[in-house]
Parts: sequence; C-alpha cells; structure tokens
Amino acid sequence: MTFEPKIVGFLCNWCSYTGADLAGTARIKYAPNIHVIRVMCSGRVDPTFVLKALESGADGVLIAGCHPGDCHYQEGNYSALRRYHLLKKMLSDFGVEEGRVRLEWISASEGDRFAQVVNDMTAQVRALGPFHRQKAPAEQATAETASKAS
Amino acid sequence: MGKLKLALYWAASCGGCDMAILELYEKILDLAAAADILFWPVAIDVKYKDVEAFPDKHIDVCLFNGAVRTSENEHMAHLLRSKSKILVAYGACSHLGGIPALANMTNKQGVFDCVYKYTASTDNPNNVQPKTTVKVDEGTLTLPEFYDTVKTLAQTVDVDYFIPGCSPVPEQTWAVLEHIIQGKPLPPKGAVLGATQKTVCDECKLEKEEKKITKFYRPFEIIPEPKKCLLEQGIICAGPATRGGCDARCIRANMPCRGCYGPPEGVMDQGAKFLSAIASVIDAKEPEEIDRIIKQIVDPIGTFYRFSLAHSLMKRTRMAEEKAPEETKQRNTVAARR
Repeated sequence: MTFEPKIVGFLCNWCSYTGADLAGTARIKYAPNIHVIRVMCSGRVDPTFVLKALESGADGVLIAGCHPGDCHYQEGNYSALRRYHLLKKMLSDFGVEEGRVRLEWISASEGDRFAQVVNDMTAQVRALGPFHRQKAPAEQATAETASKAS
Repeated sequence: MGKLKLALYWAASCGGCDMAILELYEKILDLAAAADILFWPVAIDVKYKDVEAFPDKHIDVCLFNGAVRTSENEHMAHLLRSKSKILVAYGACSHLGGIPALANMTNKQGVFDCVYKYTASTDNPNNVQPKTTVKVDEGTLTLPEFYDTVKTLAQTVDVDYFIPGCSPVPEQTWAVLEHIIQGKPLPPKGAVLGATQKTVCDECKLEKEEKKITKFYRPFEIIPEPKKCLLEQGIICAGPATRGGCDARCIRANMPCRGCYGPPEGVMDQGAKFLSAIASVIDAKEPEEIDRIIKQIVDPIGTFYRFSLAHSLMKRTRMAEEKAPEETKQRNTVAARR
C-alpha cells in the first residue's frame, strides 16, 4: 500500500474555490487527497492555520487565491504572498521540506489548472512521505513489511 | 486561616525570576510577614528530601519558574505539583519555554557540542562531555538526564495559573501575591495573571500611523526617532503579537518588544501571529522584492518565537528521523514499480 498524503487546501471564495468548482462541474479527474476549506480571501489565511494543519496531521498545505491584481479585496492576495514568503523561510529553518506548503494563483476559469496543481502537489508530498513520521507507526510498519516482501 | 504557605522553585532558568521576587524591594518584608516561605533554593536552605517529606497539598501556592529540560526539573515539577494546592508557572520559561527552549532548534548532542566543544573559550582536547553516571573510587556519581526537547511546565504537569514575563514585572507579581494573601477569589483555572487581555501596542505610548517597511533594522543598526512607532521605523517589535501588562517598559527604553509576555488572549501561537503582523507591513508586491526585504530578518524562529518555541504549534525543529529520509524515497519507488 502506498502512502496517501493528506493535503489541506485553503481556497479563496472568489477565484480558487470557484475554480475547484469548475473542475468538478467539468468532471476533471484529480487526486482525492485534498481537503478543501473555503476562506473569503487568501489574505485570511493566518500562518497559524498552516501550522495547525500540519500539527493536526496534514502532510501538506495548499493556499490558493486570485492572480495578483485580481483580488476581490484589492490587496488580500499580496498579503498572502508576503506571509507565504516569510513563512516558507521560517518553515525551512524548522526542517519542514520545501513543497509541503504551497501558494498558487488559480482563477475561477482555471478548473484544469486546479486539477493539475492538486495532482502535482499530491505527487510531490507523496514522495516526501508523511509529515509526522513518529505519529504513524502502523503506517510505517506496513511500509516496511511491504518493502521487505518485494 | 494561618499564614500563607509559599514555595518558590527554579528549574531551567537564569535566576532572573528569583531576582524579580527580590525586586519587590521593601514589600519582600510584607511578603515575609504574610507568608511562610517553605522552600526557595536560591534563598533558603531546604533540601529536596524535606519537600518530599511534606504531606500532599501542604504548600498553598508554589511559584515555579524555569522550563523543564532535565529529569531533575521534571521530578521537581511532579513533586511540587503533588505538594501544592495552587501551582503557578511563573515567568516566561515556565509559561512558554522561554530562552532555554530555543535549544529546541537543535538537540542534546547539538547543545553539548556547542557548550563543550565549539565555543571559542572552550579548551577540551579530550572532548569530555557530561554523562549521567560516572564511577569514582568512592562510588558512583550521578547527574540528571538532559533531554533533547525543552518543555513548558504545563506540558509536564497540571498548572493552575500563569504569570508571564521575562522576568515578570515586580508590580504585577506583588499585585497577584497581595490578591492571594488577602484571600480574594481567584479567576478560573488556567488564567494568565498579572497581565492584561490586550497587546503591548495597546499600552505603548508611541505614535502609530500606517506601517510600510522596505528595510528592517536590528536595534544596534539604528538610533530610533523618539515618539514614533518602532515597527514603522523598521525595527522588528513584537508588540502587536504580545500580551500587555508590562507597561511597555522595553519600548519606553527605546528597545523593541521581544515578546516575553507571550501570546495575547485567544492566540494559539505567538510566533505565527508575529510573523503574520510583520509580513503584512512589508511594502512590496513582487516576489523578488519581498524576498530581498525578508532576507534582512536574521533568524526568523529566534525572532518570532524568542520566548515561546516550546509552547508553539511546532514545539521544536524537526529531528533528523522525522524528515523524509532516503528510505521513504526507496519505499515509494518500490511501490511505484509494482
């Protein structure tokens, strides 16, 4: 059994969530690993949310908002961008691998892009393995027996 | 009711919290008049075995300062918990991990190597490092175990109240002690005493306008203008993410707030809020420009979690065995091949 990452996605109401909705109505297939939380704006995503998600068992966190210049609240996505850059720098000091936390711009018309981002990120986080290695002894044990068996 | 039975203890701390008690000045006499001090390693000679001999809940109030880093700290935390009616985490280390918890950015070996090997003043050619037991002619000597991770008091035992600060402001300490001595009703368990509900910014008198930062300064790199918000001048100040109660005394001395009073009411993770506040005032929209400005923040963890790393959501940097090892990659290739 391969490791299936859990990814928490914070999607902005106006662009990215609508984009995800479009992926759904267009019946685009994408990895079922993302657990979506709708927020009003990517600027609403407090770094606490990202840390809390990782601490609570997520293996990756996706923040998605409107493209720069398209924010429904003018400047919210720029706030998200600045927080993301600083958070990313701090997370690397914490020893959190690059790629576990991602910020992407996905507009309401980019259903295919949403699907592609989720697939990409799922593959990337799957390669990194579980975030809480110590908290998942059962999963680890199965993986070990699996690799021995092969 | 007899005299209040008080105990004070220091675990992993610098001794500043004990100084903060002495800084009550002449009020220390009022304290001695109102309370029997049963245990206070820094000031009176009472042994651990004397404390062990106390009946359970013998101590009315125990002010416990310092974080929990060794097996001795841990033992004393459990002991004082069982002997005290009210256990108070006194000071930033006991409340949040404090400065000692910055050791959570490495592990036991990292700390030992730094202290006994790499510091410039160390002359240790045989690389002698502390061991928990050593045999000498007279018998076996022991030292407490040193843990990889520093913990707060509340992560170790059940804590009734918290008095924040590095060190707590004496006026606030006295207000709390006086309140207890007078037998007034105490707030619900888990409350933070001797502090306000709001942030340091709320009690800071400097003038605040819109904040737009293109360059950050460390305190020694700039002489700040008086009366103007330090953060607006590019000095990283923890005021927006720190509980008030200290009367902004660092800022009144022209130094930025470092965050020792911990997260304000309702905030889960002080560093994340602090990071969020600092990132929001950066005046840039292009990723390259943002990165250029962010580069000026030396040591983000040490800045944002200076006093609260043990208390934070991450608690420590990840240990080597937690990170994605080669084994994970192999495992996935094996899985992919099938």
